[in-house]
Amino acid sequence: MIGIGIAFGLACGVVTAQDEEHGVTPQQIQRGEQIFLSNCANCHGPDGNSIPGVDLASGKFRHATTDQDLMNIIQNGIPGTPMPPGNYPAAQVQTIVAYIHSMKESSASARTALQGDPARGREIFEGKGQCLNCHQAGDKGTSFLGPDLSNIGGARRSADLERSVVDPSAEIRPANRTVRMVNKDGTTTVGRLLNQDTYSFQVLAANGKLMSFSKADLREFEIMKTSPMPSYKDKLSAQELADLVSYLGTLRGGAR
Amino acid sequence: MIPHMSIKSRISCLIAMSALSLSAQVSFDRLLHADKEPQNWLTYSGTNTGQRYSLLTQITPENVKNLELQWVLQTRSPAEATSKYESTPLVVDGVMYTVQPPNVVVAVDAATGRVFWSYAYAPVPAARACCGRVNRGLAILGNTLFMGTIDGNLVAIDARDGHQIWKTPIGKPEAGYSVTVAPLVVKDKIITGPAGGEYGISGFLAAYDAATGKQAWKFDTIPSSADAPGHETWAGDSWKHGSGSIWTTGTFDPALNTIYWGVGNAAPDWNGDVRAGDNLYTSSVVALDADTGKLKWYYQFTPHDEFDFDSTQVPVIADINWKGSARKVLLFSNRNGIFYVLDRVTGEFLLGKPFVKVTWMDGFDDKGRPHRTLSPSPEGTVIYPNNQGGTNWYNPAFNPRTGLVYIPTWLDTYSVYTKRNDQYKEGNQFNGGGATHDVPALRPGANNNRLPEVGSGAIQAVDPQTGDVKWQFKMTDVTDSGVLTTASDLVFAGGREGYFYALDGRTGAMLWKGMVGGQVSAGPVTYAVNGKQYVSIPAGNVVFTYALRP
Repeated sequence: MIGIGIAFGLACGVVTAQDEEHGVTPQQIQRGEQIFLSNCANCHGPDGNSIPGVDLASGKFRHATTDQDLMNIIQNGIPGTPMPPGNYPAAQVQTIVAYIHSMKESSASARTALQGDPARGREIFEGKGQCLNCHQAGDKGTSFLGPDLSNIGGARRSADLERSVVDPSAEIRPANRTVRMVNKDGTTTVGRLLNQDTYSFQVLAANGKLMSFSKADLREFEIMKTSPMPSYKDKLSAQELADLVSYLGTLRGGAR
Repeated sequence: MIPHMSIKSRISCLIAMSALSLSAQVSFDRLLHADKEPQNWLTYSGTNTGQRYSLLTQITPENVKNLELQWVLQTRSPAEATSKYESTPLVVDGVMYTVQPPNVVVAVDAATGRVFWSYAYAPVPAARACCGRVNRGLAILGNTLFMGTIDGNLVAIDARDGHQIWKTPIGKPEAGYSVTVAPLVVKDKIITGPAGGEYGISGFLAAYDAATGKQAWKFDTIPSSADAPGHETWAGDSWKHGSGSIWTTGTFDPALNTIYWGVGNAAPDWNGDVRAGDNLYTSSVVALDADTGKLKWYYQFTPHDEFDFDSTQVPVIADINWKGSARKVLLFSNRNGIFYVLDRVTGEFLLGKPFVKVTWMDGFDDKGRPHRTLSPSPEGTVIYPNNQGGTNWYNPAFNPRTGLVYIPTWLDTYSVYTKRNDQYKEGNQFNGGGATHDVPALRPGANNNRLPEVGSGAIQAVDPQTGDVKWQFKMTDVTDSGVLTTASDLVFAGGREGYFYALDGRTGAMLWKGMVGGQVSAGPVTYAVNGKQYVSIPAGNVVFTYALRP
């Protein structure tokens, strides 16, 4: 599940329209996502549907009909409700609105139609899926090869989680890139790419060891453009996939 | 991407390729024997003794002139004059961990300075610190780093990826509690306590479970219970806001199962009239059972402290020949201007001798109690040393080969100490007066246009057998730098002027200097990677690391 991220291909599809309508870029939508997940998802949930009667991904809003209405609500809150004023700069509010629009498209296209069972999903996560071979979640797992999933349910939408499971290479976030390095003696190291410069790589190996490599000492190296995580598209049934995504959605902040 | 492989075989392959060497955890056994792996710097003081003495000898008095800069770590902070870089780095198996002020932890490759990760703790706005948004360093146990925060928390961070594991509140930031001290690991516990001596806090030293952050024991530096020994040394209810803060790291003797820790000043700082008595255990060193926190003994350096002298220096553990026989001692270079030797088994006072001009006392009785001569007054009293002291939090070093203690010193400076009546109000400073600073406590800028006689700095070498100053390396400006010494008899230290020096540990002769362009407020460390010895010093906003040119 290394490629967990927003459904960016879908979001980009929206952006074409958004570009024409609002002049926003994929980067702005991604920025809007970051702000949303950091500030709004605490109440609205990463899928935007945690408050009864409010589903931000539906594209329908009780108190807003225009983008300006949405921006006003984000800026000023809704008096008499728990919705607080946001006090964001105008440019940031625009990115949040753009992201909310993108939620509608991505949710409609990518969200599985099946209802998942988190308990069964956990069995898949810890068993058949072998997810703990590369990931940690709460007190489970020891590998640092893939990103820590302890809070993935609080940070990503179901649609994004599903997409990353079936197509891990669709988007690899910079913090989750892997680099493969072959020393001159032929030994190979694969690890999370933490940092690099003209002369060196800094990586986190799967065993948690921080390592620095001089490029002059390497026979070859490659920053992997595809995720080392396999696609589970043909490995899990549609129901199993829904179960797994459902379980991932429950991972919200368990410390490890 | 590796095509045509099963999930299982692909994952197994990746794991095998990645696990070339096991990540070595820092066990407590390693910390106990940190002197046996001088390539690392595993604790605030290098070892549990507080000596800051390294067995690395690649750099010698003969070749130290060939030191050259290897790498530099620039930081975004400190953003303000009060955010001095006071953190002593840790070095663990080729990885350096340091804290940029106020609470940003950075892991870097110790050979190149390249960053692995950083962890930016965001203190709450209520955080307040009397004298700088600073942090003095980290502790490590297993794969976990421990850091105090200026908003009064202790946090545990995964040393592998900078992930926060837990956070435990130590004290309320709104009431002036902050944690600036580098924690000390003792067995499976993390020892720390709150700063806030100028806010009338209720000070304590406490042990926290390394795995969970749960408090295991607590020693009140001001006895709060009416029947507790020492409570009677506080008049009336003055103990309630008496401070006794913790802000410099202590030491641990495993053979005696005892930790030693210096305790901060009494509050209000400069008006002792409202807290008649000795005000235990402020401005003292306490010896505590490492498993329970129970007091074994104490020695109060400045009874009824009216100068804000604290006693927040590193209690250096040493086994020395004392008047013809082996003795387990504590070497304590106190802010009050006096160098002390104490028996660390019993707390017996063995020696006390000023290493700078001192006028607040003029001698000791048989038990080692100082005879007080001066106190602050409403109109102001000139007293030596100045409020920043003869030395301060900046760590000393002890070299068993030379037998000398190296003390960062403010030479012969005074303050005019004034007292006034203050009422305690939570979150406000509770000082009871003030002290003049002809040499500012915080360097206001890059310029020094003071008269030389106002005050200058030095690294001084003191013989613990006599308390005599054996040599003195003087600087025009004062120094807030810690000191490092090595088994090749070198001494490394810096100063406010922005120089970093290598001195001959036997004579004080300057053997090398590097310009670091900012004040040195941290302790230097030395370590080795792949057989190459490095010396590293934070200065200004930057960490500078040196090694011998090939």
